[in-house]
Amino acid sequence: MSQSASISSAALSSAYGSVAVVFHWAMALMIVAIFGLGLFMSNVPLSPEKLRYYAWHKWAGASVFLLAALRLLWSLTHPVAMSAPVPAWKQAMAKWTHRMFYVLMLAIPVSGWLMSSAKGVPTVYLGLWRLPDLVRRDPELGTLLQGLHGFLNYTMASMLVIHVAAALKHHLWDKDEVLVRMLPFLRTPQWRQS
Amino acid sequence: MRRIALVLAAVLICVRGEAQAVEYRQVVAEKSSIAFAYRQMNVPMEGAFKRFAGQINFDPAKLVEASARFDIDLTSIDTGASDSDEEVQRKPWFNTRVFPQAQFVSSSIKAVRPNVFDVSGRLTIKGKASDVHTLVSMKQAGAKAVFEGALAIRRADFAIGEGMWADFGTVANEVQIKFRILATAEPVAGAKKQ
Repeated sequence: MSQSASISSAALSSAYGSVAVVFHWAMALMIVAIFGLGLFMSNVPLSPEKLRYYAWHKWAGASVFLLAALRLLWSLTHPVAMSAPVPAWKQAMAKWTHRMFYVLMLAIPVSGWLMSSAKGVPTVYLGLWRLPDLVRRDPELGTLLQGLHGFLNYTMASMLVIHVAAALKHHLWDKDEVLVRMLPFLRTPQWRQS
Repeated sequence: MRRIALVLAAVLICVRGEAQAVEYRQVVAEKSSIAFAYRQMNVPMEGAFKRFAGQINFDPAKLVEASARFDIDLTSIDTGASDSDEEVQRKPWFNTRVFPQAQFVSSSIKAVRPNVFDVSGRLTIKGKASDVHTLVSMKQAGAKAVFEGALAIRRADFAIGEGMWADFGTVANEVQIKFRILATAEPVAGAKKQ
């Protein structure tokens, strides 16, 4: 199996294209913001502001889903090689971490959407397009899906902490190109070149 | 045999006679519903009132004497979310401590088409009265009849949602009240129970 795999990966560039980089950072910002808004809004007392925050949160969530789907298509059609030869177990970890992130980026908005439907509040994207309710109004199911939405979010938040820590470790400890290739503005510091 | 046929014919004539001179007087609350629909951040929302009492006096052949009155227990509101149920009891919304009930009293009922009536009356919510009228359709089935219709009101006319809720940007002014009333007939005076 390694024969064809290594040939094809050898032919691949290890550089992320600008589309992939923009996808990464745009979604990173959105996801952090929407996570913060989600935490914040649930503690706001019932008010017009709260209703607005929920609507924005849901619109942003639907946008994350759309972007994640497009990004998945892009990454499948534009594969990128590892920046340096790494042991198989590390490759497998990296691969599964990526997959897990994609699953969560798609599953979290869906769980929020279903939760909202079950709680009797349909989702109208940007206040313009009504998404169908895939589940009926059912308060018990709503509570269950709320739990799932929270669990998936905390799972992703934990993964994000590890993801950031790992990127920093690569950059500061291993002094390799892992972070730089996703952050092209971050040139190798002068003190490291000398 | 002839006797039996005669008796049957007499019974049939009696039953037919009764069905025409039917007067609906009893509202079956368990099989009736008073619901409402509105928009919140342009999202269609639905709710209902679980408790209400109705008194009707309705003979389609004697509309001049027909009347209807409904008293709705506003504390029985079901918005789909417990925090909203509590919120709407408060002063800016229904202020149910002072105004626990909403009331509709008909003033005139006119036939528009067969089985469709224009019902005018006075709707009082939160101490504010407004003249309203609505088209009501009737489906008769023997001693039972279902009356259905909808009534569009503006919440601001009744000061429902004051202060920070007065802005229609989050909760729209228009509210649809949808009702489905099952009523049963009492035999008209003089008719015998078979």
